[in-house]
Formats: sequence, C-alpha cells, structure tokens
Amino acid sequence: MKTRSLLAQARVELLLTLRRSESLLVTLGIPIGILVFFAKVSGISDLKDPVQFLVPGILALAVMSTAMVSLGIATGYERHYGVLKRLGSTPLTRSGLLAAKTLNVLAIEVLQVVVIVITGLALGWDVSGGLVAAFGLLLLGTVAFAGIGMLMAGTLRAEANLALSNGLFLVLLFLGGMAYPLTKLPGGLQAVAKALPAAPLAETVRDVVEHGHSFPFGLFAVLVAWAVLAPIAAARWFRWEE
Amino acid sequence: MNSATGTAIEVVGLEKRYGATVAVDGISITVDTGEVFGLLGPNGAGKTTTVEILEGYRMPDAGTVRVLGLVPWREGSGLRPRIGVMLQEGGLYPGVKPLEALQLFASYYDDPDDPERLLDVVGLRDARDTMVRRLSGGQKQRLSLALALVGRPELVFLDEPTAGMDPRARATTWTLIRDLKSSGVTVVLTTHAMDEAEHLCDRLAIVDHGHVVASGTPAELTTLDTEEELRFAAPPGLDRGALAVALHVDVSVVSEPRPGDYVVAARGTPERIADLAAWLRDHDAALGELSTGRRSLEDVFLRLTSEDRA
Repeated sequence: MKTRSLLAQARVELLLTLRRSESLLVTLGIPIGILVFFAKVSGISDLKDPVQFLVPGILALAVMSTAMVSLGIATGYERHYGVLKRLGSTPLTRSGLLAAKTLNVLAIEVLQVVVIVITGLALGWDVSGGLVAAFGLLLLGTVAFAGIGMLMAGTLRAEANLALSNGLFLVLLFLGGMAYPLTKLPGGLQAVAKALPAAPLAETVRDVVEHGHSFPFGLFAVLVAWAVLAPIAAARWFRWEE
Repeated sequence: MNSATGTAIEVVGLEKRYGATVAVDGISITVDTGEVFGLLGPNGAGKTTTVEILEGYRMPDAGTVRVLGLVPWREGSGLRPRIGVMLQEGGLYPGVKPLEALQLFASYYDDPDDPERLLDVVGLRDARDTMVRRLSGGQKQRLSLALALVGRPELVFLDEPTAGMDPRARATTWTLIRDLKSSGVTVVLTTHAMDEAEHLCDRLAIVDHGHVVASGTPAELTTLDTEEELRFAAPPGLDRGALAVALHVDVSVVSEPRPGDYVVAARGTPERIADLAAWLRDHDAALGELSTGRRSLEDVFLRLTSEDRA
C-alpha cells in the first residue's frame, strides 16, 4: 500500500509540475536559453571555448531551478491552499510526501540533464569525462537547494516566497559562475559568491567534467555545508500551515 | 442512538490556549458510535480548535481525549486510516481534476471507495475533467466531501459542510449525511445553519467562549425550559422598557434578538396579547407575525451565545 500511495503521489506531483508552464520556463526555458545565447553571441565573454565552460554551469543552474525554485514555490502554494494541512489527516506520512517530492525533482532533473546535454552536444560540447562524479555533485547540490527552497516555502507567505525564490534565483545566477566566469566579478563579490551554494556547485561540476587536476576542495566543503545545514534548518522551521 | 454500540469520541475537560487567548476552556463531550453530532457556536467559539484536536492536528493543554479509542495527537498513524476530514475551506490541489484528486486520495487507503462512484454520489460527474481552480465554491465543497469519504471512514469530521452550496447541492449533501448515518458511520459536523443542525443532528452541543453552554437532542434544546414565550415582529428599535411596563413584566424579559423580532419570555396569555396590541396601537407600530409557544433552535442559539457580546 505504501508503494502504491508513494507512486500515486509522485505521479500527481509530476503532473502538477508539468502543468505549470511558468515552472517549465524556469527549469527548461531559462537554462537552455542562456546556454544557447552565451554560446552563440560572440563578444560577451572572452572565453576561447564558451560551450565547454557553459554546459557544467548550466547543469548547476538547472538543479537550482528545480530543487529550489520549482519545488519551493509549488510547496509554498500547497501550504497556502491548505493542501499540506489536508494531507496531514490522511494516512500519507510526511516521509511519504517528501519521498514523492524527491522523485518528482529527480524526474525533472533527468529531463533537464538530457535536454542540456543534447543541446550542448549540438553546440559542439566535448565530453571529456568525470560524468559520474558530476552527477554525484549535482545530487549534493539538489539536497542543498531543496533545503533552501523548503525552508522558504515553510516559513514565508506564498507570495513572499514566490518573489524571494525568483529573486534569489537571479542573484545566484549572477553570482554562480554559470553564464560567465567568477573572475569577471569584483574581488569582494567573488568572496560572497564562493560562500553561497551556486558557485561551489558550478565550479566543482566544471572541474570534474573538464579535467579534475586541481579539485576545489574549499568550494566542495562549502557545498557540503549547505547540503547539511539547509535541510536541517528546513526541518527545524518548516510550518505546515500558513 | 439505540443502534449505538459504543463511544466514538470521549472528551473530558479539554483546554487549549494560544498565548493569552483561551480558545477552548473545559469542553467535555461524548459522541456515540453511529450518531450525527453537531457542534454549534459563533465564530471564535472554539469549535474548529476542538475539532482539530480530535483530528490530531493540535495537542491540547489539558484534558483527556479518545477518538475511536485512540489519543489523536499521539496515535495518529492508527487513527488517520479510520477517519475522514473535511476542512472548513481549502485543502485541494488547484491544478488537478476532481477524478485525479479522488484517485490520489484513494491510493492512501487499503480498501477505498470507487472514485467514479463517489463523483456520481456528490454530483460532480459533469465536472470530472474541470480543473479544481475552475470549480465553483459549492463544487469544491462537494469534492472535499467526497475526499473525506473515499477511504470508507468509520468517523467523519465535517467543518461547515454546506457553506457556499446552492439549495440543490445542500439537499444532496443532507441526503449523503443521512446515508452515512444509516450505514453506521459516525459524523461530527460543525455548522452555522440552524435548520441543518435541527434536521441532521441526533445530538448537538452549543459552544461559546470555549465552553459548552447547552447540549442535548434538538428537541431537548428547543424545550430547554418550560417557560413559554411570546414572539412578534414589529418595527425595529421599539422602547423595550416602556413595552415591559405595559406588559407587566421585567425589562430583562423583553429582547430583540434580530432587529424587528421581539421575544417576551413570559406566558402569552390573551390578556398580555391584548396589552401588547394596545401598546403597539398607541405607538403607531404595525404588528407582523405573532406566535406563542416553543422556541426555535435559532432562538436558543442566539439567546445562549449573544447576550454578553453586544
């Protein structure tokens, strides 16, 4: 029975995600748009091979859009509409609900990775290795961003959560070393960027996909810290009723 | 109640505070298995807090509670498969269709009812492919009701089940609640609608300021005291003090529960009716309805709950 309700719940979560066109814009439209735009429009960056730089960063952006923005906004509105409260009096457990949401996030991420990799290959991306390690890092990033998304979803009003999630998405995109190198940022801003979760994810993924000579352990430690602390904070402060 | 085989809910000395606000202040109620039990009271009286404690949403500050023999906030995993809940509002995914919502909820239970059949029962067959966000308020209420029933519960909590329904949907829901009762399901409902309480409930409790101020069958409550009453309709705002003098009663006996509706808590003797008619003539006030005898449940409710509010 547990498997049946878990699958039914995951199916509805996925159905709801696919029906929200604004969510698909953030999770697929924006990452692919940035990938194609920054790869094709010359003169934006002085990189000799922009596609090699962009694909790992866009994979990190995709994870951020699904785990933080899409999951967080959807959950915030479920809380606002009393759906989470209503589910609380059914036999569906909290861990069952979280498992269904996890399956939903992973399914969307698989879709994103497939579309981004195909687009990257079409633009001339040269896969040089380290893909398994990259997927491991993307999962770690998923945990960190899902923690942030759920923390906001469970503590803010739905409208405030919507605004803040989208705003944070933009800030982390600009400070994430995703569309252009971190070195383009002024020194002080670079330090801030490296303490936030986006740049560490993009930089570590890029490193393992490219060559893996000098793995940035400091940034990896920052990412691990976010992946531990954000979910703990979400579990501590999440409120099921608005 | 003669078909009752036990106690579905037992609450003794329930108390719940939110900061300095006392929401529930010593409520005790017993609901027998298979009966329809009503909780009546003005907004903020403590009905919803009480029901949400019974559903396992909140922990009381004091008191003992058993729902189907279980402590709701501690033994929820044993209780939730056996109850159905209809919240006062909300609780629906806006982006699914009614049939999808019912199929999802059916998956939570071991032996669920048939979602298609339930759609028919609550009259949502025509809306089965409409997104929940596009349903009318009454249609959403009916879907909430169907979702409360899909797990074939032994006990159903309905918080204002007919709020926002048109008369036909309301009649359907009343029939549904009677059917639930005849199939042995225990129903706890909160309502503002006095006719609903009077027609559906085997027993009810009127709650105000976190207390039970009266309880019993609707018949018992409407004949709460044997003192007869004289009720009449006239222009609002009459001088009740002067009227009391004319009727030879104390001023506290004359009340105006709704503008233009007057109640004199005294025997409606021919002599007193004549005094009333004369006084109205002298004050050039037209007399509307006039009746004597038993009070309506609404009168009981207003009298018990509104006196210290105005």
